[in-house]
Amino acid sequence: MDIGKKLSHVVAIAAVAGLTLVAGTGSVIASGEAKHPEAQDWSFAGPFGKFDVASIQRGLQNYIENCSACHSMNQLAYRNLSSLGFNEDEVKEIASQYEVTDGPDDNGDMFDRPARPSDKFVLPFPNEQAARASNNGAFPPDLSLLAKANPGGPDYIFALLTGFVEEPPEDVELAEGMNYNPFFGGGQIAMAPPLFEDGIEYSDGTPATIEQQARDVANFLQWAAEPEMEDRKRIGWKVVLFLLVLSALLYAAKRQTWARLH
Amino acid sequence: MSAHTQPSGTGSGLVKWIDSRLPVFTYLQKEYGEFPAPRNFNYWWNFGAILSFMLVLMIFTGIFLAMQYTPHVDFAFDSVERIMRDVNYGWLLRYMHANGASFFFIAVYIHIFRGLYYGSYKNPRELLWIFGVVILVLMMATAFMGYVLPWGQLSLWGATVITSLFSAIPLVGDSIVTWLWGGFAVDNSTLNRFFSLHFLLPFVIVGVVALHVIALHVTGSNNPLGIDPKGPQDTIPFHPYYTAKDSFGLAIWITLFAAVVFFAPNFFGEPENYVRANPLVTPAEIVPEWYFLPFFAILRAVNFDVLFIDAKLGGVIAMFGSILVLFVVPWLDRSKVRSARFRPVYKWFFWILVLDCLLLGFVGGHPPDEKVFEGIEGLKFINLGHLGTAWYFFHFLVLLPLLGMFEKTRPLPTSIAEPVLGGGQSAAGAAAKPMEKA
Repeated sequence: MDIGKKLSHVVAIAAVAGLTLVAGTGSVIASGEAKHPEAQDWSFAGPFGKFDVASIQRGLQNYIENCSACHSMNQLAYRNLSSLGFNEDEVKEIASQYEVTDGPDDNGDMFDRPARPSDKFVLPFPNEQAARASNNGAFPPDLSLLAKANPGGPDYIFALLTGFVEEPPEDVELAEGMNYNPFFGGGQIAMAPPLFEDGIEYSDGTPATIEQQARDVANFLQWAAEPEMEDRKRIGWKVVLFLLVLSALLYAAKRQTWARLH
Repeated sequence: MSAHTQPSGTGSGLVKWIDSRLPVFTYLQKEYGEFPAPRNFNYWWNFGAILSFMLVLMIFTGIFLAMQYTPHVDFAFDSVERIMRDVNYGWLLRYMHANGASFFFIAVYIHIFRGLYYGSYKNPRELLWIFGVVILVLMMATAFMGYVLPWGQLSLWGATVITSLFSAIPLVGDSIVTWLWGGFAVDNSTLNRFFSLHFLLPFVIVGVVALHVIALHVTGSNNPLGIDPKGPQDTIPFHPYYTAKDSFGLAIWITLFAAVVFFAPNFFGEPENYVRANPLVTPAEIVPEWYFLPFFAILRAVNFDVLFIDAKLGGVIAMFGSILVLFVVPWLDRSKVRSARFRPVYKWFFWILVLDCLLLGFVGGHPPDEKVFEGIEGLKFINLGHLGTAWYFFHFLVLLPLLGMFEKTRPLPTSIAEPVLGGGQSAAGAAAKPMEKA
């Protein structure tokens, strides 16, 4: 028996896989001009990570009161909010603040009604042209998947929201209506600084510093991008532990089988 | 009735009844039960079983994903997100399928390098190897078309870049591209046909895998010593010895796979593909999935005209050539000795080739004009691409034939059983040790 030798084989296999991974991650998009966002501590990070539900709820409040005037979240439905701890009546209440067009009714007419939990988040603009017309030609992106649609993830969202600089560096010539933010590609962003110190009154009383708000919004968008994350990690531990035990049993079975050869 | 073959194992009446009419049980017993395999496989021989598992996993997850997916440019992106959010365990299906592609390629690349190291392509296994390369080509086509289906930004733009390569063909290039697209841009008809072909090709792969396995069972497996079994003392029945060994290796593999699926499911993916496809906005950089990066680097390495061949056509020829050259490896390698264990010079060049492929993968992920190191002006990724591409072809087209002529190989052991069971003196004695009581 030579466990060392066998281990070295396993290590070699892992090393080849690892090198392949390194080659794979070489493909991160180089965005030369944008400043690299600093890594933050997130409650959802790592294999044991969990959502910070209170922060996500504040982020939702911030989205509703600030962001949703311009940014859609077309993958979310009001019913999804029940997984944030809102009960059925609260979800109905949130949904009913919005109007959706439904129909046609029995007369063939379209009609407006309050949104229901089964409706998707109501869009701020009916189409891209309307959004551009209201935003100085810029199109505010949908936020549903933002947290995993850029290499920086939630770190990028936090950095962008806290990274606005009032006076751009001297060598930067801002275009009409643009704002300076070194974390955005090219440094110029059409969105004005969206968060203000105490710009919102959190219903749970948390002091609304800009950093706190940015963190809450990032937490909310991370949840929106991967609402299945907690389920995934919980099941993942069961699966991986089961497979490790199975591997050990199969290894024992294999050794016993091969022992017959001599 | 005496003409009927009797199943060799004990079976129920029903088994015997079926077997005397359609000898499936006899076949299984012969090809997977008693099938004599060299007794000295190491763990690199596990990847055949691992790849079979991955193929089945991809087909099963794919079939269930197809039940929920909508191949239309207006609905594809949302239908994938619906799978992720509203379909029960849809996220699990999709993450298994997406990461399954990556693990499938890791396994197939290890399997191919295993074959190169131990000379598994040599007489009499040339056809077996060729079927393997056909499977690789089919896998690449399938993976490429599958990546288009979620209809994110890189789906659309990756498809545009790769299909546009065919426009490099003189005279008919543009017509071919229009024909591939089914229109004048990558659009709904392209997405529809890619979905159709992405569903079809895996079953073609199953067919070629069958040929691969049949060819394997005619010639028998190669082994780490690269010498033929000389008698029963050199082989052991596939079952239970290699079924047990394969099961263990497969379980380890699935554990690694599960760790990625559950804890880092977007590790291999490009974030940009979570942005809905938009024909009016070109992404900052268009990169293929990681498993295509070495070939992408070769494509971009040819940035100069050669005689009447312009750079674009040259790049396409080099890229396809880098795969096609694998078909003729059995004839490029003139050495009579199979295993690199007894080829002291080839062994070194083998590992250099592995590093070269990793280098090409690294290069493929960076813009050609980007500096490799901050502060070193002269060295750009395109320079590394030139070097890596030149070495790749040099290895196969020049080194392999020359080594066969000039390399002084080590003496081969007289049999597989000798170093395993007795003669500790042999050169292979130490190397074959893991088998002893493995």
